[in-house]
Amino acid sequence: MTEQMKIPVNNINEHQTQPPLLEIKSLKKYFPIQQGFFKRVVGHVKAVDDVSLYVNEGETLGLVGESGCGKTTTGRCILKAITPSSGEIWFNDPDMGRVNVNELEHEQLVQVRRNMRMIFQDPYASLNPRMTLQDIVGAPLRAMKIAKGKELEDRVAEMLRRVGLRPEYMRRYPHAFSGGQRQRIGLARALAPNPKFLVCDEPVSALDVSVQAQILNLLQELQEEMGLTYLFVAHDLSVVAHISERVAVMYVGKMVEMAPTQELFMTPKHPYTEALMSAIPRPDPTPREKRIILTGEVANPANPPSGCYFHPRCAYVEDICKTKEPVYEEISPGHYVKCHRAAELKLSGVMNLA
Amino acid sequence: MSNVTFLKKWFNRRKEVETDERQEEDFYRAGQWQLVWWKFRQHKLARFSMSLLAVMYFITIFAEFMSPHDPSRRFRDYLAFPPTSIHIRDETGRFRSPFIYSMKMGRDPVTARPVYEEDTSVIYPIGLLVRGDPYKFWGLFPTDIHFFGTGQDNMPIFLMGTDALGRDVLSRIFHGGRISLSVGLIGVTISFILGLLLGGISGFFGGLIDEIIQRIIEVLTTLPQIPLWMALSAALPREWPQLRIYFYTTIILSIFGWTGLARIVRGRLLSMREEDFVLAAKLDGENERTIITRYMLPGFASYIIVSLTGALPGMILGETALSFLGIGLNPPTISWGVMLQGAQDIMNVAHYPWVLWPVPVVVLAVLLFNFVGDGLRDAADPYIT
Amino acid sequence: MPANNVIAEIKNLHTNFYLREGVARAVAGVNLTLEKGRTLGIVGESGCGKSVTAHSLMQLVPSPGKIEEGEILFYPPGSTTEVIEIHKLEPNSKEMRAIRGNQISMVFQEPMTSMLPVRTVGAQIMEAIILHQQVSKAEARTRAIEILSRVKLPNADRIVDTYPFQLSGGMRQRAVIAMALSCNPNLLIADEPTTALDVTTEAQILDLLRALQQDFDMGIMYITHNLGVIAEIADDVAVMYMGKVVEQTDTSSLFFKPLHPYTQALLRSIPQLDDVMARTGKNKRLETIKGMVPDPYRILPGCVFHPRCPQFMEGICDQIAPEIIEVEPDHIVRCHLYTAPAEAHTAKDARL
Repeated sequence: MTEQMKIPVNNINEHQTQPPLLEIKSLKKYFPIQQGFFKRVVGHVKAVDDVSLYVNEGETLGLVGESGCGKTTTGRCILKAITPSSGEIWFNDPDMGRVNVNELEHEQLVQVRRNMRMIFQDPYASLNPRMTLQDIVGAPLRAMKIAKGKELEDRVAEMLRRVGLRPEYMRRYPHAFSGGQRQRIGLARALAPNPKFLVCDEPVSALDVSVQAQILNLLQELQEEMGLTYLFVAHDLSVVAHISERVAVMYVGKMVEMAPTQELFMTPKHPYTEALMSAIPRPDPTPREKRIILTGEVANPANPPSGCYFHPRCAYVEDICKTKEPVYEEISPGHYVKCHRAAELKLSGVMNLA
Repeated sequence: MSNVTFLKKWFNRRKEVETDERQEEDFYRAGQWQLVWWKFRQHKLARFSMSLLAVMYFITIFAEFMSPHDPSRRFRDYLAFPPTSIHIRDETGRFRSPFIYSMKMGRDPVTARPVYEEDTSVIYPIGLLVRGDPYKFWGLFPTDIHFFGTGQDNMPIFLMGTDALGRDVLSRIFHGGRISLSVGLIGVTISFILGLLLGGISGFFGGLIDEIIQRIIEVLTTLPQIPLWMALSAALPREWPQLRIYFYTTIILSIFGWTGLARIVRGRLLSMREEDFVLAAKLDGENERTIITRYMLPGFASYIIVSLTGALPGMILGETALSFLGIGLNPPTISWGVMLQGAQDIMNVAHYPWVLWPVPVVVLAVLLFNFVGDGLRDAADPYIT
Repeated sequence: MPANNVIAEIKNLHTNFYLREGVARAVAGVNLTLEKGRTLGIVGESGCGKSVTAHSLMQLVPSPGKIEEGEILFYPPGSTTEVIEIHKLEPNSKEMRAIRGNQISMVFQEPMTSMLPVRTVGAQIMEAIILHQQVSKAEARTRAIEILSRVKLPNADRIVDTYPFQLSGGMRQRAVIAMALSCNPNLLIADEPTTALDVTTEAQILDLLRALQQDFDMGIMYITHNLGVIAEIADDVAVMYMGKVVEQTDTSSLFFKPLHPYTQALLRSIPQLDDVMARTGKNKRLETIKGMVPDPYRILPGCVFHPRCPQFMEGICDQIAPEIIEVEPDHIVRCHLYTAPAEAHTAKDARL
């Protein structure tokens, strides 16, 4: 297993001229399953199991997968919001240099979190209803000792303006705002310390279609203005395709494919990616020629199948898939895939399916 | 539709404006407690109960002044005197300010028990701020001014009658409220401190400490409440001063009170740790103490208040029950439970039922607390969707 | 009398919610026709009244809500003359209960809430069968197994004895669909049945619904906020906004020739894969609809969409409420930009 991991990790960015802003190497997060009075550990849910990826400066990497595939856990591990079981998270901090976030403690962690921030899925749960916007957006500034008093107030006003809210709203509480506006507040809080990198955890999936477009546009504008880098975690493939330069696909805690967006959508190399593309409901009533409907259910991360986790549902399964876990490797520059048959299969992308 | 939206509509209607911007701004800038208060005010019964409770507490706080007589004074001429009736119309049919007639005592020819009859020839008008029994207000300022009375020592007023010893029931209820109503408050405060502390420790540290505290709570909650109270109260030495007995009684009453609260605090702490906004605060660089005090505690403060209001009636009833059984407080201390000790005698109840007045008063207090609790429960979390 | 294949009609439905704080007009004058063997998609953002319309049709409007006006007509099969006026039935009447779950069934968004956690899947389906049809317990069980296998649940004879929580989300939704179909309904109302599911599971369920519709020859009313899903499943689409149907037509006309500015804006505001694949260089922006859906308590003068409309005409759109106009055969729209072909000018002049 360790043998397998090393291969992608070593050549993960041979073709890059400058090191990526964020680089994750074999990240793992196992949640223990406890039983009985003495909380004996009887097994593990491998929520994130050996995930490696990188995000270049200024780009958006989309991270997609079905519910329970570990994409949210991956996002949270990156900021050490939950402590990973193992793995390396290398981040090019503008102040501290290249650091492994997983090894940082206390002060340093607070320091690195100035530059790595997060926005959440649920616009209602992610804002403290008992604090005014000034306190919410100003919290990182105050806690990280970046600004206080009048300066803090000015900065909060500036942040609110940037996300399209009026600075006078500062004294209001979150209950004055709708879902879309609250998402803007969350964004203002995330951007307040002027970060480099943002983990966007399903930021638009709780919003209505018309509001979703507003937030996506805002994210793109801010990215250009502030030179931000995004890890965009989502389950909606159309949204991810729209906003991301590159896309990574996860299945049951593992990375199965990562490639530039158009390449991934046009010429997927993993059968799961193909099925996912095919399943996207598209606002186009023209009948599609063929549609792949997966059989069976998503594997249980506490008790995954042998070999390739996808083999029980895969249309192209062979004997080797059932016994041997495939290697996550780079099959063409920038295109990584974890499939025994990646090289030989001719899979359909979105255009062929239409 | 969220609770807050309803509240907003109500708020706008209350101000009788459709969308006046400044009014809406008030709403948008309203903090948690403001919202809770607005929500509470919509609960009419709770609001009414709250005001009535305020009146009850006001009366007990100023009991010496509010009561027409010294609660311990025995009116030997008026033993087991029935409640005095107040008149506003005299014999001739003329209206005048409220007054009472002078009473003549006779004897029932068969039972030889005293019988009182009104003597309509002598009138005693009821006055406000009249002189009566001397007392020290709050034990500090000597005075003899009472809120109401006849001002005449030979014709006292007994709105609820007197007991077998000739003491004024109304004055005793007013004074008894001091103990009975405060026992709940003090007991609840002790429960609050214990519950918050132990629940907080349990939820915050987890692990072994959590396990131990949880097991203690489980053991305590399985014990039968009333028998344990009785056993503990009976163990208090008789010769102790009444103040100390009172203090220990409240402690005994709060032994069970804190367990429920500790569970709530622990549960909320654990669930709030998982809330997105708490995680966000952690990522904002907030330290643990700030997260607990600024983010988590305000989130369940209102639940704590609800739970405490719910615990109050139980404590009031507990004190009443213990004192009634004679194992809590005892005469000469006055509490509603102590007053009911006299009602243990069936003859008393049969012949002078007015000594049972503390019963409806206790029932009223308990009901009012429950209604207020209902209103608070509805208002506690104005943010839930 | 409507054509033979009409199952149900909703005419000028108004459903209000009476709250202490005011009256929310959840449904404000909706007309819909449901036909046998066809799927009517109802699409709109949250709070547009799509679910309340469905609940009204089932007489399931929750407490402060009330059907205020309009007709809901149900035409039972096998009879050309019989009409059941659902709007006149009491929600808990015997007649209504005989229709609900039998001739009209419903599938909800969250499969866990539409099944009792404490009873087996089979027991719940059998109960529905026995309630509406005179069959023995053994017979009901056979039918329950049969219906479970028809929704393509593997090992139906085993699943019949499992509890809902033992099934995965997708399987549970299949079991709920099985329960809804257990009495061969004429009309199935599906209220966001795939919203809580993943895309691959969603594709499975949509595929299943399409197949089942052919087998059962039933009408489906499919409610969703997802235009992609509508394109997959619906034959006809009604777009709702603030309690009103603003546009209604067949699916391909709606997607290729949307008329109402709201529909147009909605379609442009969702990311299209084709655009993404065709693009070179930097991401392009999506078109947005300015502002947000107004408060349901507000009564807007004129057109409900006018504050957000990019083609707002002052003095018209904010003054006069647009009527339903049939711009083309079977393509209706509620907008002042269009006039009906025949009475075109006269009508508009009269209103002005």
